Amino acid sequence: MRYYTDEHEWIEVEGDIATVGITDYAQGQLGDIVFVELPEVGAMIEQGKDAAVVESVKAASDVYAPITGEVTETNSALEEDPSLVNNAPEDGGWFFKMTIAAPAELDKLMDEDGYKAFVEGL
Amino acid sequence: MAPPKLSGHPTEGAVTQRCRKVLPDCRILPGIIRVSDHETENHLEDIPLEALPLDAWHRARGARMVPFAGYEMPIQYEGIVAEHNWTRESAGLFDVSHMGQLVLSGPDLDAAVEAVLPIDLSTLKLGQQRYSLLLDEEGGVLDDLMVSRWPEALYLVVNGATKWDDMGTLREALPDDITMNYLDERALLALQGPKAADVLARHATGEYPLSALTFMKFGRFQIAGHDVTIARAGYTGEDGFEISLPAEAAAEIADLLCAEPEVKPIGLGARDSLRLEAGLPLYGHDLSPETSPIEAGLIFGINKRRRTEGGFPGAERINREIAEGTARKWVGLKIEGRLPAREGAEVFSGSDKIGIVTSGGFSPTLQAPIAMAYVASEYAAIGTQLEVEVRGKRLAATVSPTPFVPHRYYRGN
Repeated sequence: MRYYTDEHEWIEVEGDIATVGITDYAQGQLGDIVFVELPEVGAMIEQGKDAAVVESVKAASDVYAPITGEVTETNSALEEDPSLVNNAPEDGGWFFKMTIAAPAELDKLMDEDGYKAFVEGL
Repeated sequence: MAPPKLSGHPTEGAVTQRCRKVLPDCRILPGIIRVSDHETENHLEDIPLEALPLDAWHRARGARMVPFAGYEMPIQYEGIVAEHNWTRESAGLFDVSHMGQLVLSGPDLDAAVEAVLPIDLSTLKLGQQRYSLLLDEEGGVLDDLMVSRWPEALYLVVNGATKWDDMGTLREALPDDITMNYLDERALLALQGPKAADVLARHATGEYPLSALTFMKFGRFQIAGHDVTIARAGYTGEDGFEISLPAEAAAEIADLLCAEPEVKPIGLGARDSLRLEAGLPLYGHDLSPETSPIEAGLIFGINKRRRTEGGFPGAERINREIAEGTARKWVGLKIEGRLPAREGAEVFSGSDKIGIVTSGGFSPTLQAPIAMAYVASEYAAIGTQLEVEVRGKRLAATVSPTPFVPHRYYRGN
């Protein structure tokens, strides 16, 4: 099941692990991404708080944690090739995987159709 | 700050008549009330954004528009890196109509302008353009600008964000019998890149061929039947041109140029990354009233005769700094890794904070982060190893020569 936030992160839930990235809309807004600063594996991150930083040619943008949990893995491919976020934002350009500390947080997120409608309204 | 007084404004009829000799469509500085206090961010937010002549043209081409200098401007079309690289390899068309185009004329014009700018106008001949600086009494930079000699007039191009204040400063400082015309019915387009000259030569006709223009020269030409002035200059480090044209012809001429296979429209984002690679300062970031032109390495903006004679705002400090040096200097930094250091990042030598980044980003050409920073002068030598702090991380940085990417200006064969 894939969820979306109004801050343009996506979160794919498989069992008790969630994979997090930014949406195609977000990467389009940011432009050419040259660096992604990922959280440390083992870090506890809190819903709505800073989790990562995306640097485009023009500016640095914060990526917020879509839910609360512990970071279990980060996408090391982004170190070599940050443009994965531009080219495959909702696939190979994922940011990190995390545990789901409070499953109820997921209930407040959007599904794909809901996010689509949200973006169309922007 | 109170609105500057625009005393000594001649009647509109007289101005229009005088200025028609220079250009057919310029008119009197509009609305005295518009030259007012635009100093604070808050104040700026209260002023509704205005549309430039090519507003609809940009939107039709898919530009993302952002507020800039009081206007809605295109930040990018297809993407900053693609536009950046296109300009370095082919030719890019930039709309810089937000910049202020001013024409000064009147009796003893050169002496009057030399009292305000540190320029030597005795060596600025008809058809030449030169970089100059608007300084305050303490030698701080109020703006940087281009000055060109027109027949019986001087043509100035000033920054968009500062143009209203500049007009106030100039009007206050210049004698009453000097006329200042703000060419708000002229648009300004820049065509930049190694193929710019070939493209423009297909369309620009005049008394002499476009190829006769070398870097920092200008002339009067016609494009598609419209009277334009073209300066061979720009803000990318590439060969290129700045074309001043009637606003009502801007869309037609922009279409004409973009119909050439070598040309694409380029947004403000790439304009910034290109000028950073070229080591060129951006007013409001690298230059401000808190910086002196000598710290910024802009001594060429203080022309030789003026260094000894003085007689311009801030001359005392400027000449002292030329003689004794400055406590800090503006330098280029190459940064290790891929994480860019942005404006405001602090520069360290060991545990000592010795400077601050004023412009920084990722260089598409070098595929590495670059920055410009003011550092204490003892750390300004090329090759000095420093560190820049970004979000608590120290990045290794080396003081590097600028431009980061060599200029390719056309100075003739």
